[in-house]
Amino acid sequence: MVRINLTVDGARVADDVEPRMLLVHYLREKLGKTGTVVGCDTSNCGACTVHLDGTSVKSCNVLAVQADGGEVTTIEGLAQDGQLHPVQEAFRECHGLQCGYCTPGMIMQSVDLLKDNPNPSEEEIRLGLEGNLCRCTGYHNIVRAVQHAAGAGASQVPGQTEAVQA
Amino acid sequence: MIPAQFDYLAPTTVEEALAALAQHGDEAKILAGGQSLLPVLRMRLNAPEMVIDLGKITSLRGVRDDGDAIVVGAMTQHSVVGSDPLVAEHAALVSKAVEHLADVQIRHRGTFGGALAHADPAGDLGAPALALGAQFVIQGPGGTRTVPAEEFFVDLFETAIGEDEILTEVRLPKHTGWGAHYEKFVRVAHQWPIVAVAAAVRLEGGTIAEARVGLTNMGNTPVRAHAVEQALVGQPATPDGVRDAAARAAEGTNPPSDLNGDADYRRHLATVLTRRAVLTAAGATG
Repeated sequence: MVRINLTVDGARVADDVEPRMLLVHYLREKLGKTGTVVGCDTSNCGACTVHLDGTSVKSCNVLAVQADGGEVTTIEGLAQDGQLHPVQEAFRECHGLQCGYCTPGMIMQSVDLLKDNPNPSEEEIRLGLEGNLCRCTGYHNIVRAVQHAAGAGASQVPGQTEAVQA
Repeated sequence: MIPAQFDYLAPTTVEEALAALAQHGDEAKILAGGQSLLPVLRMRLNAPEMVIDLGKITSLRGVRDDGDAIVVGAMTQHSVVGSDPLVAEHAALVSKAVEHLADVQIRHRGTFGGALAHADPAGDLGAPALALGAQFVIQGPGGTRTVPAEEFFVDLFETAIGEDEILTEVRLPKHTGWGAHYEKFVRVAHQWPIVAVAAAVRLEGGTIAEARVGLTNMGNTPVRAHAVEQALVGQPATPDGVRDAAARAAEGTNPPSDLNGDADYRRHLATVLTRRAVLTAAGATG
């Protein structure tokens, strides 16, 4: 077992984990953060996307021990004080989902995309979400949701640091 | 899918990592960004007893200017390389190849040195590194040595890095002012290229004065298209000027046949993609 210390959705956590434990399993099974899902389990689909130290990663392709000392934000850490993040609002407003399984990863990757590029073109959105697959093929409304969120000024980085301080 | 059990070390210096490697030998595996290694471990295609994570060795990260070369630390993430102004100015071919490597999330974790050391023949970095004449700095118990790109890639997933050695940095000779393009052919989003072509050209007026061309997935290792490079010199940077040279792209290659295409198809792709890559690198269209 290896001792890890990290911040997840603003809360400091410390645990002894097996080196082979994947970050997504740590989040779901140790911390109960089941909002982050396992999709393909092959690092293709992006459903497990979270932010690690401010950038998006596929949490099925990161060991929990690699996140030691880091700061993780999951879909469960986006809403602040009961208010949905603007990208979450936009996905609801535009119905950017069908079955909803890819949604947590789509939203986390969209937040990352808008942080780097607050006003992306449609092509830039599609390229930015290239690593996220929607098996229902519901991409059209997902792209619209990101456009809607961009228009609503959603480029603000989710409150990772603020959450730690709070 | 869950990897088989392994022990884990996260050294903070290259010397500590080398000592761990010396102690555990071929039972150990080096972990860089993990974007290729973790899928392999999860599918249990490999089950090392010890994983040595280089993630905490900060000296292996970053890009710096070193006279006639841009030096990329082996643990520098693709996203950092792709947005680095020094790389863009002096080794634009690498910037172009990184731009569409895998997907955003993978580029945030995957590392320049890790991908090159993995030596997947369909990987996007080998051909640009070969075309630009990259030098690979490898550290071992006996010190540091530098290996040229044409000797670094040995075979399928095999490089010149010894079992007791670690790739620490890659030196990219400056190609300032060269036009560059990486033309990648994929069937499905964020997949490995079926074939890709890395091309850099230096123009004098409208004429190609020098050219560097590397091919991805046209053999067990990246391939330098010397015949194309020589045939391009002195040609106008126009579709007519480039066509005959590009037609020689598959000479001397030994591409694989698989579900994505047979060897003949890949040879054809290489010529088409070379024409496109060279013309785009030269700022022309075709």
